[in-house]
Amino acid sequence: MTALAARRRHPLALLVLIAFGLLATGALYAALAPKPAAAAAASEDDVAAGKKLFLGNCATCHGLNAQGSPTTKFEGVPGPSLIGVGAASVDFQVGTGRMPLAAPGPQAPQGPVNYTEKQIAQLAAYVASLAPGPAIPAENVTGEGGDIAKGGAIFRVNCAMCHNFAGAGGALTRGKYAPAIADISGSRIYSAMLTGPQAMPVFNDANISPENKNDVIAFINTSQDESKAGGAALGNLGPVTEGLFAWVVGIGALIGCAVWLGAKAA
Amino acid sequence: MSDGTTTPAVRETGDEPQRAVAIPGTTAAPTLFANPGLPEHVHRMADTDVRAAKRAERQVATLFVISMIGTLVFLVSYFAVDARTSVYLPGIGKTELQHALLGAGLGAGLFFIGIGAVHWAKTLMPDVEVIEERHDLRSSDEDRAGALAILREGNEGSGLARRPLIKLTMGGALGLFGLPFVLALRDLGPLPGDSKSHTVWKANTRLVTDVESAPILASDVTIGSVYHVMPEGIDELDHRLEERAKAAVLLIRLNPDDIVSAKERSWGYQGIVAYSKICTHVGCPVGLYEQTTHHLLCPCHQSTFDVTQDCKVIFGPAARNLPQLMITVDTDGYLIAKSDFSESVGPSFPERGSR
Repeated sequence: MTALAARRRHPLALLVLIAFGLLATGALYAALAPKPAAAAAASEDDVAAGKKLFLGNCATCHGLNAQGSPTTKFEGVPGPSLIGVGAASVDFQVGTGRMPLAAPGPQAPQGPVNYTEKQIAQLAAYVASLAPGPAIPAENVTGEGGDIAKGGAIFRVNCAMCHNFAGAGGALTRGKYAPAIADISGSRIYSAMLTGPQAMPVFNDANISPENKNDVIAFINTSQDESKAGGAALGNLGPVTEGLFAWVVGIGALIGCAVWLGAKAA
Repeated sequence: MSDGTTTPAVRETGDEPQRAVAIPGTTAAPTLFANPGLPEHVHRMADTDVRAAKRAERQVATLFVISMIGTLVFLVSYFAVDARTSVYLPGIGKTELQHALLGAGLGAGLFFIGIGAVHWAKTLMPDVEVIEERHDLRSSDEDRAGALAILREGNEGSGLARRPLIKLTMGGALGLFGLPFVLALRDLGPLPGDSKSHTVWKANTRLVTDVESAPILASDVTIGSVYHVMPEGIDELDHRLEERAKAAVLLIRLNPDDIVSAKERSWGYQGIVAYSKICTHVGCPVGLYEQTTHHLLCPCHQSTFDVTQDCKVIFGPAARNLPQLMITVDTDGYLIAKSDFSESVGPSFPERGSR
């Protein structure tokens, strides 16, 4: 310490200090500076690789140029055009295993994911290169800090009629259904609202703002953790399961009691 | 009872003929049937065995004690358990401890009184078959004469026949007392007038999103989008719930080429169409829109409307198309209504179409 103190007035001391300061600033900047969003950095290579994957796996239904195929081709189920659906749609459909479809049907069910994250990103880059569309949400949406009450109001107006008041899902027409959304991650719910997968309508950022989407996700998460004041929820499916339970278990127990009442004692 | 010596009151099985059936065309003696009587009474274990009777007695007592415990659980948990304490119950999940204890306690309290009483009756109370003959319904002549005498005496004593003033005023008081009840029927009205045929939509009312009340730019409504819409300023009205129930609108954008109905296309704006969200069957909110099929489904009774064909009913009990709201854009590009609905929204009612 004394040696350092003795040299602090050395002519080179200032130089050393300045050099040290510059070095520290540079290092800190490199470590903390915001990186450009990865979605924007989809390279030509990614698009080319994505096109190759697309031609091999998706073009049968969606057409060689992703223009879609006519309704008549697969039992009345069209392969929709993918022009303008954006990277978010690809990330949602392929990332949840809904695509590629095993067989045409009223609805593509959720299933095992068939591609690596890198392949999904390449496919998304290709589809996004066809026409502008919603990009993959940059950050993870968890619903944290959302306004649960407002999210509940928005959910009841926009979502509950199909996805059920508790997010348990429900039936639509001709074999289609709105899936349960209770255990789905916030980012997937966000992407679904943004892109309107399959029969679901689109809720773009003008309709439900990103902040309000976060509120909705906060509400869904909270409602799953809530204590059930009414006892067993029976899947939150309302009168269907409740009626089944009442008629089978409730009336069954009453019949059992009646039989016991009428039986002679031994 | 517990000594097991009760004699059952079985009716004697006689050899006397009970019913005679004549053989047609003959005067021969009728064919005779013997009364089969009642089957022999079977004694219960508790009727014959003192220890079994004692055991049954203890069982009944135990059931009543369980009932007492159940009721005590209810009473104690009502005061001692915090209403917000949650607990995990297998088969139910996270639920409120107090609710569970109140329900289980009260249920056990009543249920075990019942099965205790039934068990008591089945094992220990007399179970012999008893025949009780009906008695004559007519009272004796003396009783009938006595009743008449009481009525006559009452009539004499009250002096109604001699004091017409009392008779008239009493009749008036009783008659008048009925009037308030008749008058109260007025509160069933007033008649709704034409309020059911109109909504708050009028020319230049902006369409705003439900919940957030934000005006909607036509360019923001992308194809496949659904907006749940209310007229601007509806929440400041006095009867806001009644008005919301009539004015709710669903805003959908389709590819204009997909729209079959020319009227639908001209009443919309560049493929953006607005339809009443109130089902024409019994007024449920029709909210389930399928983007791929352009079907609009009502969750209550599955009425299905085809949005490309002016919301024609293609399935279910609804009787009419959903009414369409005529829309356009203002100078800022926001969607506005051109007029109120051209017909009454929602389900049928007797005066519908007459105003």
